[in-house]
Amino acid sequence: MGAAERAEPGGAGAPWVSPRRSRLLDRGFSWSTAVIAAGLIVLLAYLIFDLMGGSWRTFSRFGFGFFTGREWNPVNGREDFGALPFIFGTLLTSAIAVTVAVPVAVGLGLLLNQVRGAIANPLATFVDILAAIPSVVYGLWGLYVLKPVFDTKVEPFLVATIGKLPVIGRLFTGNANGPDVFTAGVILAIMILPIITAVTREVLAVVPRDQREAALALGATRWESIRMAVLPYARSGIIGATVLGLGRALGETIAVSMVVGNVPRIGVSLIGPGATIPSWIASSFREATSVGLHRSALLALAVVLVIMAFIMAFTSRLLVRRTERSVGRDSEPEPTVPELGTPA
Amino acid sequence: MPQATGLSGVAASRRRKNALFTLFMWSCAAIAMVPLVFITLYVVSKGASVLSVNFFTKEPAGPLNPAEGGIAPAFIGTFLMVGIATLIAVPLGVLTAVYLAEYGRGRFAGVVRVVAEVLLSTPSIVAGAFIWSVVVVLLGNFSALAGALSLVVLMWPIVARATEEILRLVPDELREGALALGVARWKVILRVVIPTAGAGILTAIMLAVARGLGETAPILLTALGNDFFNVDPLKPTDAVPLRVYDYARTPVEALHSIAWGGALVLLVSVLFLSIAARVLSSRQKKRTA
Repeated sequence: MGAAERAEPGGAGAPWVSPRRSRLLDRGFSWSTAVIAAGLIVLLAYLIFDLMGGSWRTFSRFGFGFFTGREWNPVNGREDFGALPFIFGTLLTSAIAVTVAVPVAVGLGLLLNQVRGAIANPLATFVDILAAIPSVVYGLWGLYVLKPVFDTKVEPFLVATIGKLPVIGRLFTGNANGPDVFTAGVILAIMILPIITAVTREVLAVVPRDQREAALALGATRWESIRMAVLPYARSGIIGATVLGLGRALGETIAVSMVVGNVPRIGVSLIGPGATIPSWIASSFREATSVGLHRSALLALAVVLVIMAFIMAFTSRLLVRRTERSVGRDSEPEPTVPELGTPA
Repeated sequence: MPQATGLSGVAASRRRKNALFTLFMWSCAAIAMVPLVFITLYVVSKGASVLSVNFFTKEPAGPLNPAEGGIAPAFIGTFLMVGIATLIAVPLGVLTAVYLAEYGRGRFAGVVRVVAEVLLSTPSIVAGAFIWSVVVVLLGNFSALAGALSLVVLMWPIVARATEEILRLVPDELREGALALGVARWKVILRVVIPTAGAGILTAIMLAVARGLGETAPILLTALGNDFFNVDPLKPTDAVPLRVYDYARTPVEALHSIAWGGALVLLVSVLFLSIAARVLSSRQKKRTA
């Protein structure tokens, strides 16, 4: 890049550059962009390699027991590390988030797909802006605004109503005061709403219109046309959007860490504290000394998180792809320029 | 069927279902609006009163008179870290995008695209843990540089993917025209394609900066925080989101309101960046369409 700039003639009346030199420059430029692009691969590879290296001591000491252990004791000499409560907490908060967010996101996606222009654009902008709000702002709001309301109104209400039902009632038992996974899940739901809505919209946009129009022409109501001619096509894509949202929720750190309580706990009730992998890493990293296994164990938690996040990302990609392919639109963009100086 | 305009033959139950469905869609829209409105309202009402000269110019005060301190080191730290991160991530991201959009073809480009996507889905705390174990351990202490590098891990793929999309919107006729005049390929890219996509690339950069500004988790693991002014990139450094996070977790009321002030500044700058980015990109789309 630097060399290219220097050799660049300044516009009209520029010194003549020999074709050979020009070709060399061309090749140099295309190669340097390729090298930088390759840098991205190196970055990911190094990230994985490094996290594996840092967590190796933990995995080799505890083996598979790291995934099933319930103890977390960093005291030197009595060290014992198990990830199960954190894996549980991560999955639980994310599951709450998805359960709350998906119906809203799908309804919103359908609405944005139906109405046009004047209403849809500002609405979509509004929802997208939710995605821009920093995590720490969500956390602050959740901690000092949402949580008091949940503690005094919402959760006692849920405990008194749903809590009385058989089976699902067990989800809503316990003391509403104090931090709990339910509040964390609801905050997460707000945070992942934009991404699920956006992907749902994308999926709905590729569903062919003619079948829906045919259904409408046959006298179907709007709901019937959507149920019969839109949802069947969009189903796997919407599931893909859900999984993507789940992946995002898994990795969310700060907002969750501020409301969830950071208490490792495995239990059915949503009205009680918990800890997720990222919230636990964030809250104990500064206290962890590099002596002993503590930091290595936290890196091992990060490895578990990465694995979970990657699985979600790939699954969702496959599902969304499948929708796009099943409605017969090639999602792979065509190369825009005929090839001239391609490296490799 | 009295008020069934346009659907006069439709049975009542079907009509009711349809009405319920319409109601459902609109209530989803209403529900989605609620958090944004409430968050903005609360952050503005609780944060605005804290914004004073002290807030922007002073170091955090001691525990005896917390309300008199400011969070100036956090502003400087955020500026420093996001600045360094932008200086590194933007050239890397734009050139990656140039490769993907202009040269990239076949397997290798496909792999790069997938890798960018994988990095985009990497939780930000993992980026922090990674840079901690590489840079912080290597240098022996927490630093603004480490913080900036953890932001680079997040911003590089954002800039790359967004810029690639923009470059693809540049009409081929422009490239072909320039190539037909005998202009070298690299010059076509630097002089024709990138300037045409200029506003779009700026959009991509603004989105990435907005992301970097608000990130807390990676900064927490890499820059640690600092109560004093610091402009040395090799020393522990404070950041606005980090300060908000720390203050929110203390039991001191006065610090909570300072946290709301920090949140307000963050919210305003991030919303400004992302709204400006949207306006720019819709203009750009109109221009190239």
